[in-house]
Amino acid sequence: MARTFGRVIILFFLFSAFVKNTFAITIVVDAKGAVSTITRAFEIANNGDTVIVKEGVYKEGNLTINKSITFLAKGKVTLDGQHKYEVLSIKASNVWIEGFTLINSGVSSIVDMGGIKVYEVKNVTIKNNVLIDCFFGIYIQHGKNCVIKGNTVTAHTKIEQDNGNGIHGWKSDSLLILKNTVSGHRDGYYLEFVTNTTILNNISENNLRYGLHFMFSHGNFYINNSFINNGAGVAVMYSRAVKMYNNHFSKNWGDASYGLLLKELNDSYIEGNEFENNTVGIFADGATRVEVRKNIFRQNGWAVKMQANCMDMHLENNNFIANSFDIGTNGSLVLNTLKKNYWDKYEGYDLNKDNIGDIPFRPVSLFSMIIEQSPPAMILFRSFMASLLDKTEKILPSITPEGLKDEMPLMKPNKL
Amino acid sequence: MKKIIKYVIIDILRSRIVIGFTLFLLLLSTSVFLLEDNSAKGILSLLNVVLIVVPLVGILFSSIYVYNSAEFLELLVSQPLRRRSIWLSIFLGLSVSLTLSFLVGAGLPILFFESSATGLLMVISGALLINIFVAIALLITSLVRDKAKGIGVVMLLWLYFSLLFDGIILFLVFQFSEYPLEKALIGVIALNPIDLSRILILLKMDVSALMGYTGAIFKDFFGTPFGIIFSAISLFIWIVIPVWLSVRRFNKKDL
Repeated sequence: MARTFGRVIILFFLFSAFVKNTFAITIVVDAKGAVSTITRAFEIANNGDTVIVKEGVYKEGNLTINKSITFLAKGKVTLDGQHKYEVLSIKASNVWIEGFTLINSGVSSIVDMGGIKVYEVKNVTIKNNVLIDCFFGIYIQHGKNCVIKGNTVTAHTKIEQDNGNGIHGWKSDSLLILKNTVSGHRDGYYLEFVTNTTILNNISENNLRYGLHFMFSHGNFYINNSFINNGAGVAVMYSRAVKMYNNHFSKNWGDASYGLLLKELNDSYIEGNEFENNTVGIFADGATRVEVRKNIFRQNGWAVKMQANCMDMHLENNNFIANSFDIGTNGSLVLNTLKKNYWDKYEGYDLNKDNIGDIPFRPVSLFSMIIEQSPPAMILFRSFMASLLDKTEKILPSITPEGLKDEMPLMKPNKL
Repeated sequence: MKKIIKYVIIDILRSRIVIGFTLFLLLLSTSVFLLEDNSAKGILSLLNVVLIVVPLVGILFSSIYVYNSAEFLELLVSQPLRRRSIWLSIFLGLSVSLTLSFLVGAGLPILFFESSATGLLMVISGALLINIFVAIALLITSLVRDKAKGIGVVMLLWLYFSLLFDGIILFLVFQFSEYPLEKALIGVIALNPIDLSRILILLKMDVSALMGYTGAIFKDFFGTPFGIIFSAISLFIWIVIPVWLSVRRFNKKDL
């Protein structure tokens, strides 16, 4: 008896699997066809189905997916939010969205409306979409294991309050953000309480505030991204165990603009990045145990501004080339180390030819301390007077921090 | 007038000092570019040459030349020539020949090794600076009769423009650090042609640093077309006014 019952159970499972496969159907949305609206397609679809939308402009208000479906565009499919609605809301796990053009989401100061917004679900893939003038672009709220790949997110509003973030993560885990381009938004990429996330090969340019902004987001990787000409560069705040490799920071210009701002960042690695033409390459405020290695700083106003409240930051094997100032600081306390960097301003010698200069290099010039105290003195930059002051300070250091020096400056640039 | 200019120019270009100055500049600027591995550092070293050495040679050479040609001037004045055109020809002769020597000595290497906006701006401001300091030298020589005293005054003026003026600004900046000084400093800086040219060159060279706090204010002023016109006019005024004053003085001067 038990044996028969077991067989029945097995048969039942086989059958149910069979049924599921047979009835996973493809629904085609076509303005002239049987299913003419996307809303209708979502109603009749079941878990595992595929909805394919044919070319055209669809103005159906808010579209909500609450089944595990694959949602594909055939040709150029535009979903218009008519400046009123959130365009696409995803409230089911295992959803795949590919190839849509989403425009004109609503703008609200009460609800964060997104072009595509993911609500508390898992395994969502958002691929190759174009989002234009949405309040928030792609918004992941409480998501897990989501993939955001190859999307282009653009906005044109110049008012910060009316402009959300390009790709926004909130309390999410294990996201993969890959090969996206964001421009013209408030923050290009914004992550808050997001963990174990990888951000790879993205571009963020011309955003109003930060190219990348993350807070309380631990254990994330940032690899091979470009941050160009954003309002205030990249801000990394109140996070730990962050790894930033091979990114490119350039043209972040302005009086409060940084290539990379570190605010209360702990136990992190910044390696192989390139900082070019920024007002400040790295601005470190309260950073602790951060390894800065093998980066290139080229033609920045200040390559690194390290406030005196930073601790155990190690700058090793970096190349400092053609910066107006190499290091700036605001006090005499130094709890950080500099080692084996290449400084193009180094004027020492190397008697034993081991490529390590025999006298230490002090990267903080007297004039940069003067500017720190009295910014208008900038007008004397590179004057005869200023270089005389710097020379005297080099011979008899009195104002610049005694401990801030590279004991092993390299004679030739590191090969990076 | 043309004839006098021609003679002055030929006279100066043949003098060993000007040839030496040209060769010195040529050697210095070429070697600076060849020694440094990146041309940005080369242009930085040349910045000091353009801002310090060029004005010094300009002001010193012109004043000594005018003092030494006192007899020649007396001879010319005895001819049926207007004093104004005699004096202006001396100025033009000096300015053309020294500018030429600067352009050959420093201009060619700069444009050859660093043919960017920074290089071009450096050549232009160097050429203007040398003319300004020729003009100042002429003013001093027309005012001070005694050669030793005149050269002393000229040296002091050079020291003032290249060093003391900046010292005074630094002092002011620290004394009045509580006040918004940025706008006032723009006006003050126009009182020193060396500083004005330095800022113009820096706007191209250190644009990243100048985008920082305060720097942005200078950038917003000197970086705009209005600012560039303002600085160009200021630099020209620095040539025109000393020359005009010295012409007036020379017209009435008892030689």
